[in-house]
Amino acid sequence: MIVTGVIFYLFILLSGTGGEMCVSRAMKSIGEVTDFRPRSIARAIGRAMKVPWMWIGIALMALGFFSLMGLLSMANVSFVYPASALSYVVGAIGGKFFLGETVSKERWAGVLLVTLGVLLVVVGRG
Amino acid sequence: MVDPSGNAPKPPRSRFRLKLKTYIFIALMVVLNPISNILLKKGMDQVGPMVSWAPSRVVQFFVHAFSVGAIWLAIACLLGFFVSYLLVLSWADYTFVQPSAALSNGLTAVLALLILHEFISPVRWLGIACICGGVFFVGRTHPQAGMQL
Repeated sequence: MIVTGVIFYLFILLSGTGGEMCVSRAMKSIGEVTDFRPRSIARAIGRAMKVPWMWIGIALMALGFFSLMGLLSMANVSFVYPASALSYVVGAIGGKFFLGETVSKERWAGVLLVTLGVLLVVVGRG
Repeated sequence: MVDPSGNAPKPPRSRFRLKLKTYIFIALMVVLNPISNILLKKGMDQVGPMVSWAPSRVVQFFVHAFSVGAIWLAIACLLGFFVSYLLVLSWADYTFVQPSAALSNGLTAVLALLILHEFISPVRWLGIACICGGVFFVGRTHPQAGMQL
């Protein structure tokens, strides 16, 4: 039971956040969207759908979502959501190494404060 | 001169426009996500809990759920959120967008206080303050890698 829970938790952290990063990579590959008319937005998203990273990202995000449902079936919400706040830290590490983004000290400080804040908001739900 | 991310530096006006549209789309995400949560909660309260996993009951449950207007409004908000998320990621760093969007956690708590009349404990207020502080730090960096303000 504990092993299954840990596996679900790792999937939420790695698969969910990994999926977001893959989607981010796909959107970067189509270039900056500058025209915000509905038809142009639809065309941009259509172009992104042709990038394999987009589909990998959606599949990973779906896996993360199903893992969240699995973990919620065996653990309390008051445990699951604070624990998933770590995804901000995983996101910053992944952004640095997978997407090659520059994460300055100021941005790191922000990420850590946001992580602490999300933890407190969920724990404080009481 | 090329910044560490390989992008040529943008002139001040285009940097301002980039920041402005980034903030507008993140604001859309921050507003639409909690609204969809509240609408989903209100909609699912009307549907009630799923009492059986029998296939026919599951289908009946979802048919009932999709007949509630609040659920469709929630889906529309979620779609708006996802499109805004995709668009902002086409130019801004993931490590900028992800923590900034966490403001929605704070807004959800405030909406829960105002609309659902839920109690917000001091710990939650402290959490909201931390999120705002964190987003302030992240917001002081440039949305695109390697371009500090």
